[in-house]
Amino acid sequence: MEVTSPVREVLVTGNKTYHDVSHDICRHVEAKPNPKWMAAMALSLGALFTGGYALAITLWDGIGMWGLNKTIGWAWDITNFVWWVGIGHAGTLISAVLLLFRQKWRTSINRAAEAMTIFAVICALLFPLIHTGRPWLSFYWFVPIPNTWGSLWVNFHSPLLWDFFAISTYFTVSLVFWFIGLIPDFATIRDRATNKISKAIYGALSFGWDGAAKTWQRYETVSLVLAGLATPLVLSVHTIVSMDFATSVIPGWHTTIFPPYFVAGAIFSGFAMVLTLMLVTRKVYNLEDYITINHIELMNIIIMITGSIVGVAYITELFMAWYSGVQYEQYAFLNRATGPYWWAYWAMMTCNVISPQLFWFKKIRTSLWATFILSIVVNIGMWFERFVIIVTSLHRDYLPSSWAMFSPTIYDMGIYLFSFGLFFTLFFSFAKFFPVINMAEIKSVLKSSSGEIENKK
Amino acid sequence: MESGKNFIVGIFDDESVLLSAVKKIRGSDVKIHECYTPYPVHGLDDELGYKRSRISIAAFMFGITGTCLAFLMMIYMMGIDWPMIIGGKDHIAIPSFIPVVFEVTVLLSALGMVATFFVISNLKPYAKPVTFDIRSTDDKHVMAIDLAKNKKSTNELSSLLKDSGAVEINEKKF
Repeated sequence: MEVTSPVREVLVTGNKTYHDVSHDICRHVEAKPNPKWMAAMALSLGALFTGGYALAITLWDGIGMWGLNKTIGWAWDITNFVWWVGIGHAGTLISAVLLLFRQKWRTSINRAAEAMTIFAVICALLFPLIHTGRPWLSFYWFVPIPNTWGSLWVNFHSPLLWDFFAISTYFTVSLVFWFIGLIPDFATIRDRATNKISKAIYGALSFGWDGAAKTWQRYETVSLVLAGLATPLVLSVHTIVSMDFATSVIPGWHTTIFPPYFVAGAIFSGFAMVLTLMLVTRKVYNLEDYITINHIELMNIIIMITGSIVGVAYITELFMAWYSGVQYEQYAFLNRATGPYWWAYWAMMTCNVISPQLFWFKKIRTSLWATFILSIVVNIGMWFERFVIIVTSLHRDYLPSSWAMFSPTIYDMGIYLFSFGLFFTLFFSFAKFFPVINMAEIKSVLKSSSGEIENKK
Repeated sequence: MESGKNFIVGIFDDESVLLSAVKKIRGSDVKIHECYTPYPVHGLDDELGYKRSRISIAAFMFGITGTCLAFLMMIYMMGIDWPMIIGGKDHIAIPSFIPVVFEVTVLLSALGMVATFFVISNLKPYAKPVTFDIRSTDDKHVMAIDLAKNKKSTNELSSLLKDSGAVEINEKKF
């Protein structure tokens, strides 16, 4: 049981004992908020309220406030939606797929990554909801509930409806998975709590967890089955998102490569966002012993691989456009690269295909600053990818008289800002009040892969 | 838990000591009430003689229910209650029902299994935890032996626990 492979690096450094693990994670929950946290929270609340104004105006006056026109009926809203959903892929991938593959390094990052997933999906759900124009009626368009029109049911042949089912299922299952993992850690906080209020709150959240062997046995079975269920689910979500485009007949959207290409892109951007957040959390909470350079390097390798898959997909799209011999398809791709939106296309190419190739150098993929900067570059690139796919395919309509350009209004930008405010407000609240690292799982790998065992060899 | 129960509680530092202790104590004909650990100790359920959890069967049943319900719902709505031709497809076009069927299957399976887990393990927001030792959620492994269910005396059990490697032995009344 204590055997570790000599080629593997240790997962937890600094000769931690079990008690050190509890203490290192719980003390941030128990301490008073520090000024840095308050400043970060104030900033995100600022973004939330500033952007909230744009959202309120949109709800009051309608989506005419956006920069959409007759030709381009989908732009920033759907770009932001797909971008946030993509980011929301890393968490469940880390906790489910890596659990099935027995990758123990996931234990340090899964908690925060899952939290990020849930918050990103909340941000994503906002956009289709407000794009309906009348969100208070949208239940009738998304959910098959009896109504006074017949009942006139929702259209189950539509990919947009599949999307609603996919994302709401993904959100629910991710939330449940995350919460199941949190229960034992809430119990640790409950048993350490000294004041009545936190004892009561964490007591309720811990569901009376006592760590009995029988409960742990069931817990492990539940985690494994949830991982098995969540794995195809992760792959299905962005597949179905891509079908919103791929099942249409718009040149540039009507391609069979979309599902795998979108899934790879989603994992790519999700891991980048996990790195952006984890590098900051690690620094602020002094978690260098738990999230080591080794973890960061492994995540960078995943970014490099998925980035390359995305690159291959871009090139395949170009090849297929040429090889298909379809004039419309060929024009769509030529127009992307050389038309009025060339800058967006080349921004996407540079950020998504070229920049992750830098991770072939060990020096770069083990450098914190390089990782931090590239993780942001990747997400800028992924935003442009969605913008390029959506806007460049639409802006050249079938009739040249309908050709148009899209320019966002401050309301488009404001709502995007709102989604950032929402995301970071939720994430900072999580970082303060929840254990940011899964203590129970770290303890379970401590014995087989901590510095202490290393010293004994 | 009924009141007036007496337990003898052994505290262990290390998971491998706990595992061998469980083996030894069960070998000398003592019934262990339960072990409490801060993290899942692999092999502990086998040593304690627990059968494999059947919760995955529950998950499968809930999943199958989801599959059937989703098919029935869509066949009724699209094929019977208000048939419409959309995109030239059949009223009951099974291929375009698959994504929703898959999602509902996963949703019901996950929620049903987790609900089952909460019910059978008595996990609920207002549940009171059974705390034999407060450190069992931090860094100690705890073994509880019910005195009423064993013939051996307190002293015999204490020395047995001590011999098996317990670092601390306490008595606990509930």
